[in-house]
Amino acid sequence: MPTVTIEPVTRIEGHARITLHLTDSGDVDQAKFHITQFRGFEKFCEGRPFPEMPSLTARTCGICPVSHLVASSKACDDLMAVQIPPAAVRLRRVLNLAQILQSHALSFFHLSSPDLLLGWDSDPLARNVFGLMREHPQLARDGIRLRQIGQAIIERLSGKRVHPAWIVPGGVQSPMTEAVRSEIRVWLPEALEIAERTYRLYRGMVKRFQDEVETFGDMPTMFMGMVDAKGNLEHYDGLLRIKDAEGNTIEEGVRADEYGDVIAEAVEPHSFVKSPYYRPMGYPHGLYRVGPLARLNVIERCGTPIADEALADFRALSPGRPVSSSFHYHYARLVEILYVIERLDQMTASADILDTKVRARARGNKNRGVGISEAPRGTLIHDYSIDDEGRIVAVNLIIATGHNNLAMNRSVLQVAKHYVRGPEIAEGMLNRVEAVIRCYDPCLSCASHEFGRMPLDVRMIDAQGRELSRAVRG
Amino acid sequence: MTNPAQLHEGARRPRLATVWLDGCSGCHMSLLDLDARIVELAAQCDVVYGPLVDAKTVPEGIDLALIEGAVSSDHDWHLAVALRANSKLLVAFGDCAVTGNVPSMRNVLPLSAIYQRAFRETAAQGTEWPSEGLPRLLDRVLPVHQVINVDLFLPGCPPPADAIYRVLADVLAGKQPEPLTLTRFGA
Repeated sequence: MPTVTIEPVTRIEGHARITLHLTDSGDVDQAKFHITQFRGFEKFCEGRPFPEMPSLTARTCGICPVSHLVASSKACDDLMAVQIPPAAVRLRRVLNLAQILQSHALSFFHLSSPDLLLGWDSDPLARNVFGLMREHPQLARDGIRLRQIGQAIIERLSGKRVHPAWIVPGGVQSPMTEAVRSEIRVWLPEALEIAERTYRLYRGMVKRFQDEVETFGDMPTMFMGMVDAKGNLEHYDGLLRIKDAEGNTIEEGVRADEYGDVIAEAVEPHSFVKSPYYRPMGYPHGLYRVGPLARLNVIERCGTPIADEALADFRALSPGRPVSSSFHYHYARLVEILYVIERLDQMTASADILDTKVRARARGNKNRGVGISEAPRGTLIHDYSIDDEGRIVAVNLIIATGHNNLAMNRSVLQVAKHYVRGPEIAEGMLNRVEAVIRCYDPCLSCASHEFGRMPLDVRMIDAQGRELSRAVRG
Repeated sequence: MTNPAQLHEGARRPRLATVWLDGCSGCHMSLLDLDARIVELAAQCDVVYGPLVDAKTVPEGIDLALIEGAVSSDHDWHLAVALRANSKLLVAFGDCAVTGNVPSMRNVLPLSAIYQRAFRETAAQGTEWPSEGLPRLLDRVLPVHQVINVDLFLPGCPPPADAIYRVLADVLAGKQPEPLTLTRFGA
């Protein structure tokens, strides 16, 4: 059976490869999405003192380290059995919102807009953010600026743009100063202007992509996301809700420590990332999606005026039912950008954001703690067990992108069956297969390329010239 | 190491490649944190390979290569070797590339123990350890300079954007960069 391999999958956050198996007549029969990095955090964190976990697990990801800081610190708050000060909750929220802003901007402008504006079939040498700078300089500048504003808020508040150590067990390291608050509030109107301009542009454009909408992972699945007490959009502290493909709520009010009742993980031989599924329906029927598309499908409202207007437009894409095409992750991401800027404005408008009581201190007072946050890409779960000395004895992490693993595999197959025909395969066909992965904005935090199946003989030699280990592939 | 002035031989625009091996992509995020300065740099050189562009194979004639991440698998190893073979000036970009950093924390454990935890103890379905179409992991995670010659070390977790900018601007101007005056390990 002829096989086509796309490697590396580019313009995604991390590296992966896709294999397509074709029938002898040139039609796609099977497709597999391989996530090719493996690091073993769940094992090598064992034995570490639990307060190290936020900074350590943040190194899972340089794009959404704040999400890991949040989920990890919430798990540690739980281990300490403390309720953190209200100002610490507010400040963590601000940092988290700023991160969603920069991450969504990166996904839309830097990674996906070259396909949307330059075309899936355009010259692959120029189909990137640098080509965008030449062909659509205003849009490129907008993307760079919007991402910059998100990153700058993180930097002003926490001292560092990537991997700040500011969110800690029990709260945050330091309060917000009036100077920082004023500076942030100067940037927000400009951010909103860019976001609204981009939203209008995209809303006008999306009609042109009907073919892609119908084939880029347009399928019935369940959706999972966090909601607040009113059922509205929430990224920091709420309960999980799951809706079915028709939009009926099938799980409501799931607490962090109950995630194991609704989610289990399966191992597939073709990927280092496990495939979570909805436990009551079993594997692989328990297919669900997370992330911006899922969040907008499970909530009642966003809870801010401009985003709620955009949410109404979004829902008009699929009246009375969840929006089912993964192509609309882009749309949902732009709605969330509006929401995030409005929320940042609301939160920094209130003087209580400057409250100086920002950290609770305690030792480990429970043996298990679970923390959940909504990362830019979806629900992120950190589950820790410690011994009586506060050392980690067990870790389970379910990363946002992992939840979408099954859905990404299905979507790759759907796109490939529609667009790819052998024996002559045009580059643009394969770029569409990659582009469906870009819709999910996966954060594979992943690394390796494979180019060719060249034979390999790797030997580890110590300083004395002795062979320590050897790996051979023929 | 290559004299950066040699990058300016001939009239061709300098060619830049960036890759991430076993890391978190945070160093690439710091590269994007150049913000508007990235437009200025992009006007002076071509990015010919890396996660931000669509090239599928390592091209020849790279003038400057930035490698983020440690070497953890056979594919990381091959990619590092291919980049070295095609690049004039090669930079170990960030603490994972320079020291192994967080990815190398697994070096104290056998791979089987790590797999056991990830694919048995925390999984409800599936009995095989993943391998189909996947790279082979090395027993030990290595910093880049243990696999190939490195011309410049740019430490930091991640290196600050200002340090990255200074190094790129110096190289493009044909000057010798001095990264260790700009950043440090763990910065």
